[in-house]
This record gives sequence, C-alpha cells and structure tokens, in this order.
Amino acid sequence: MSNKLLLNSSEIHIILHRLACQLIENHSDFSNTVLVGLQPRGVFLSNRLSKLLKEHYNIKNVKSGDLDITFYRDDFRRRDEPLEANKTDINFIIEDKNVVFIDDVLYSGRSIRAALSAIQSFGRPKKIELLVLIDRRFSRHLPIQPNYKGRQIDVINNEKVIVKWTENDNEDAIYLIKKE
Amino acid sequence: MSQLSVQHLLGIKYLTKNDIELIFQTADHFKEVINRPIKKVPSLRDITIANLFFENSTRTKLSFELAEKRLSADIINFSASQSSVKKGETLIDTVNNILSMKVDIVVMRHPSVGAGVFLSQHVDAKIINAGDGTHEHPTQALLDSYSIREKLGTVKGKKVVIIGDILHSRVALSNIFALKLQGAEVKVCGPTTLIPKHIKSLGVEVETNLKKALEWCDVANVLRVQHERMDVSYFPSTREYTQLFGINKELLDSLEKKIVIMHPGPINRGVEITSDVADADQSIILNQVENGVAIRMSVIYLLAQQIKH
Repeated sequence: MSNKLLLNSSEIHIILHRLACQLIENHSDFSNTVLVGLQPRGVFLSNRLSKLLKEHYNIKNVKSGDLDITFYRDDFRRRDEPLEANKTDINFIIEDKNVVFIDDVLYSGRSIRAALSAIQSFGRPKKIELLVLIDRRFSRHLPIQPNYKGRQIDVINNEKVIVKWTENDNEDAIYLIKKE
Repeated sequence: MSQLSVQHLLGIKYLTKNDIELIFQTADHFKEVINRPIKKVPSLRDITIANLFFENSTRTKLSFELAEKRLSADIINFSASQSSVKKGETLIDTVNNILSMKVDIVVMRHPSVGAGVFLSQHVDAKIINAGDGTHEHPTQALLDSYSIREKLGTVKGKKVVIIGDILHSRVALSNIFALKLQGAEVKVCGPTTLIPKHIKSLGVEVETNLKKALEWCDVANVLRVQHERMDVSYFPSTREYTQLFGINKELLDSLEKKIVIMHPGPINRGVEITSDVADADQSIILNQVENGVAIRMSVIYLLAQQIKH
C-alpha cells in the first residue's frame, strides 16, 4: 500500500476559505439556509465550515446539523461488514429551507442518494445543494453532481481518497492510498 | 462490535453483555427516528415478518407491529384464536405453511416454555421470542433495562427490586438475566408462594417486606398478579395482597429517596399499584412503552442484517 499526499494543511485551509466564500455568495446571511454534515466523515468538514463562517466571516446565523444515512442506504444486507449507525442531530426546521449537504469525498453518489431520502423525514426543503471537499471524477454510479467542490481528482478503482482532520486524526491532510 | 452474537432472539439467557449494549446503541438511533415528523426508514423494505401470537397480547403485538412498519417491512399477522391451530395443526406445520409464503422473520408468542427454541431448530427463519409461557420475554427485559439506562444513566450498580408474581412471570426471569448481565443488584419481593424455590441460584435476593425492599432500591419494577396462570390460590385475597404488596403514594412518600417506578403493563390499578403512583412523575411506565418500539426496531434490524441478500 502506498500513500501520496494530495493536499496539505495550508492547501486545505485555502480551499475551506474559498468554499465558505462561495456559500456566502449564494446564501448571504444564511437566514433561510442550513448546513447538514453527513455522518460520519462529512461532519468534520461541516463543523469547520460553520466555524469559519461564524468566526471569520462574522455570520451569526449559521445553523448546522448532522445527518446519519445508515438506515436509508441501498446496500443493507448486501455487504460483508455490517453497517454501523451514527447519531443524527437536526434540531431545526427543514421545511422550506435551503439545505446544503456537506461530505468529504463524492464517489459513487449513493450516500448522497440516501441522504436525499433521509432528509425528507424532517420535512420538505425548498432546495438541496451539495458541497464536497473532493470530487472523484468518472466514478459516479448515479446522476449526482456537487454544487461546490474543493478539488476534483481522477482516481482509479484500486485507489482510495482519505481525508484527515486534526480533531480526529491529528493532521489536516488528504492522501491518495493505492492498494497493491 | 456491530453484530449480534446470536442468530435469533430466544431469550436474554443467550445474549452477551456486548449484544445488549449493541441493541441499546442501535435503539438510541431508532428512538431519534421515531421522533421525526416522518417516523419511518426504508431499511427492511425487502423483508417479510410474520407475527404469530398463540396467546393473547395487546401492547407487545402493537409494539412489534409498529416497529416492523417503521422499518418498512411487510407483515402478516396471525392469532391462534382464528387459526387452524384450533383444528389440530401442529406448531411446525403452521409455521412451515406461513414460511412457504417467503417469510424471513417470525415473531412468536406461545404459551409453552421453549416454543421459540424448538421452532428455531426446525424452521429456516429468524425467530424472535415475544414471550414463551412463564419462561422469557426478552424484548420486555431489554426495554426495561433501556428505560433504566435512560432515566438513571446506567444499569450497572443500580439496585432493582422486582415486586409481585415472580413465579408466573416471564418478565421477571428475563429481567433478572438482563439486569445481572449488566451488573445491577437485584432483589425480588412478593408473597413466598409466588417466589420460585430456587430463585437465589440466579444470584438474586428475596425480600418479603415491601417497605424494606423499597427503602433498599433505586428502581421498583412492579408486576401484575397473573390470575390466568394460577390453577390454585396463592394468597388469601386480592385485598390482602394489596395491603401487603400494593404500592401507594403514602408508602412512596415515607421513603427517604425518590425511586423510579416501572410496570410492564397491563396495570391492575388499585391492586399492585395505585393510580396516583402509576401516574406520578417518578413513574416511567409510558416511557417504557415508547422505548419498546425503539428496542424492537433495534432487535429486528440487527437480526435482519444477518439475512444475506
């Protein structure tokens, strides 16, 4: 197995600021917008962005929550490893809101498909957008594309993209891992 | 730890501590699901469940049915009173006929002890025991422990007294197994005629004085006197039972601490518990009912996970 550094901490930092600015461009004061991080790995990115928007860009009104999609996945009973659920924490109204899904890596698009079903349990959003840090091009199984992306990369099938966050993995970095 | 160590839920006796923890953690997620505006997830949309009730049930049946519907499973219901069982069909034949309709999971309540175990050895489906005679009622014990965990933070180290008809109670036996497995201290309290002879071999203590039992405990799980299972008289009169083992507000107020009151239902108000106690804020009887749905969703989900596509 070999590791290749795709993005280092300062590159990720720049991308996060760009993504935050793009969100502000489209959602201005966030009065009718909510950020929803997808469990488990999208939550780190969602928390970072929401902190950045509040503390650096001085937007007071940023609401963010976490959505677990385990019970909505289409591979239940079709995997060797059992699925493990995570916590859903959405304590605001979704009805008529602009929802921004946030995830670290967009690969097949199946997680996003599950998230689109899951969010309906909380109401009918006005609009749903997707923000991802890494968009793996040419690997989609479903017609799903991001509205905001940090970096687009071409990855072949036996390669995996790993996003590491300081709060969980002691560093901010994105690696491309090649399985031998 | 994300898989059960068992293939069926036949009794708490067969579970490990990790199994119980996994069921509780999964139930936490389902409890959040059933409090959403749309209380349904699509996980089990390709699973069919048969609810076989060879004995009367209201809340357990409703709770299982709701749990199955919340998971999007297809369900068929069967109750013995309207079936060919009355015409002399055997249990295996009845169940195999139902399984021919491509059923994946069977939830069964049966008056005979060990009916679930017997079935699991003879048919090819996941079996969930919803009560077998006076033996076990595992999902009730799980939801009881889950409710204690929710109210007091943990089950470990808590003192729980089970009061009433221990002899005929499957809830009592399953609760004893579940509570001991999680490290709680357990006492049973009731008329000596309604306490099984060898109960101490399960590691529980017997207390025949209700006041002393209540002073000792953090949680009192009050059981119903099961007249329908009694072939002889086990105590002189209901009035005497109530005087010695009935819980009333006055008795609770005389204690130095506020204990948690539980009851698996159905309640005989004025017999084992008075109305003001059943409805008091220290009673978690209705929380138990809500948690029952989450626990049953969790058990069904975890067992369904083992059925390969």
